[in-house]
Amino acid sequence: MRLAYYPGCSLDATSIEYGMSTQRMAKILGIDLWEIPDWNCCGASSAHQTNHLLAISLPARNLAIAEKEGLDTLAPCAACYNRMRATEYEVRTSAKTRSQVEEALGMSYQATQNSVSVLELLADRYGLDNLASKVTNPLKGMTPACYYGCLLVRPVAITGFDDPEDPQSMDSIMKALGASPVDWAFKTECCGAGLGVTQTDICLEMTYRILKNAKEMGADSIVTACPVCHLNLDMRQKAIEKKYQTEFNLPVYYVTELVAIACGAEPPTVGTNRHFVEANTIFRQLPAKAKAMEEAAQASKAGKGTAKAKAEKAPAKSEESEAAAESSSLGLANKVYEDKDKAAQLAEILEQEPARAAKLEEILEQDKGKALKVADALLAKKAKEKSAGEEGNKA
Amino acid sequence: MGKVVLSAHRESREFVKAIESACGTKTSLCYQCGKCSAGCPVGFAMDYTPRQIIRLLQLGLIEEALQAKSIWICATCDTCTTRCPRGVDIASIMDALRREALNRGKVVKEVSAFNQAFLNSVKRYGRNHEVSLVLEYNTRIMNPFKNAEQGPMMMSKGKLKILPEFIKGRDEVSRIFEKVKAMGGDHE
Repeated sequence: MRLAYYPGCSLDATSIEYGMSTQRMAKILGIDLWEIPDWNCCGASSAHQTNHLLAISLPARNLAIAEKEGLDTLAPCAACYNRMRATEYEVRTSAKTRSQVEEALGMSYQATQNSVSVLELLADRYGLDNLASKVTNPLKGMTPACYYGCLLVRPVAITGFDDPEDPQSMDSIMKALGASPVDWAFKTECCGAGLGVTQTDICLEMTYRILKNAKEMGADSIVTACPVCHLNLDMRQKAIEKKYQTEFNLPVYYVTELVAIACGAEPPTVGTNRHFVEANTIFRQLPAKAKAMEEAAQASKAGKGTAKAKAEKAPAKSEESEAAAESSSLGLANKVYEDKDKAAQLAEILEQEPARAAKLEEILEQDKGKALKVADALLAKKAKEKSAGEEGNKA
Repeated sequence: MGKVVLSAHRESREFVKAIESACGTKTSLCYQCGKCSAGCPVGFAMDYTPRQIIRLLQLGLIEEALQAKSIWICATCDTCTTRCPRGVDIASIMDALRREALNRGKVVKEVSAFNQAFLNSVKRYGRNHEVSLVLEYNTRIMNPFKNAEQGPMMMSKGKLKILPEFIKGRDEVSRIFEKVKAMGGDHE
């Protein structure tokens, strides 16, 4: 397979490891990359916020060179990819746009070729089975959150190779490498990197939400295919931890780094030592983690029967009875709320007030709707007390 | 508040029409359900939500729309456009409003300074050079130390080039800028 290769400015500088690992991956998989000679910047969002024709003419110069060679273009940077797809789309759908672009370039450009992202290349063109067959060091035990961001999957008319709300290509690539990607809610939520320089606080809040959800859903790392997302999630992670008084410690990988590593490359040689969040030790911990995951899976398979038997037995030790009490209030709370957060909060209240717990159980048996209202009231009361307490402290 | 005249001025109707034709969309399709704003990841920081921006345009309140901070906070992530049940291309409208605000000199200094610094780097070298970009940006916003802490951080990881790389075709690239300008473009 031969493709034109458009690294773009980021892969040459701020995300040099994305460039290194893309080339390494291509070599391992036997994909021939022809770097577009003398390529220029795609103009990124600065161009399309400023001038429409400029925004499609800058990418078009590169695409015209690739077109002359009769090649599709691999654009690993999600921002460049998005601008290139937009250019192809606009030139194809409007003859007027096409002639304007050609006039601005002083070159012929007909958009006969297609730009592809790394995800599309691996999942569709190269193929997951092919990819899996190249894996020598499976990433078993790794639980990454696959983060697509906005530019790879939107607008659908322009990108169109994966679902804009719940894309799967990166998840399936990670599975082919042996990892177990987590389900989470922020796959395609924007990280706000575009606001990073100009309106930093807004950007930090957006990125914080993404890191937080990944952590809560059990991710041990984040995978991305976008240099701006990477810079944001990786370089700004320390600042975010400091600002929000929390600790994430989530290494952030480029999908190409993980492909190369799973296919036998040593992590530092594909650039993981250039990350800001330490990104090498996780690979040494994977075997132990994989074993623990396997044991847990077996235990939960066999576990359902045992748990029941345990519950029927009268608790002999006080420790056990405490644990039982705790699990019973959580069990009760889970019956009331489907939302895990809310259930945990309710369980905490019931723990301290056994009389209310008994009452709630009684109500639940008769009327679930009513029980829900009672529980809501309990949570609201608790929240009010808490905020009153905080007010008091402030005063 | 005094009397507000809705959509009565031909000028504002024409303005909205021009925006719509640039974006290939229609604001009149919007039935104000608010799905765009519920999903907007920067909605929390906006003065007018995306739904309200569309409403302003429907009502012909052009000045309000062009002066909204929201158009400069929008991260162009396209969530709104993707989710709109009526097919309104809200993100493109935001983009068109930014360009129009730029034409009329109504800008958020930081954002337009960044865009100009970025594009100047591309025009000069053919590629973006981060160090030049940040230096020019800081000069434009008159804050020499903005983002200064990140320079050494990136440098230590081999992620910054001190000197810009010139591409051979940089004349071709700066010609594209000139040509676009001559063809009625609006870059500086």
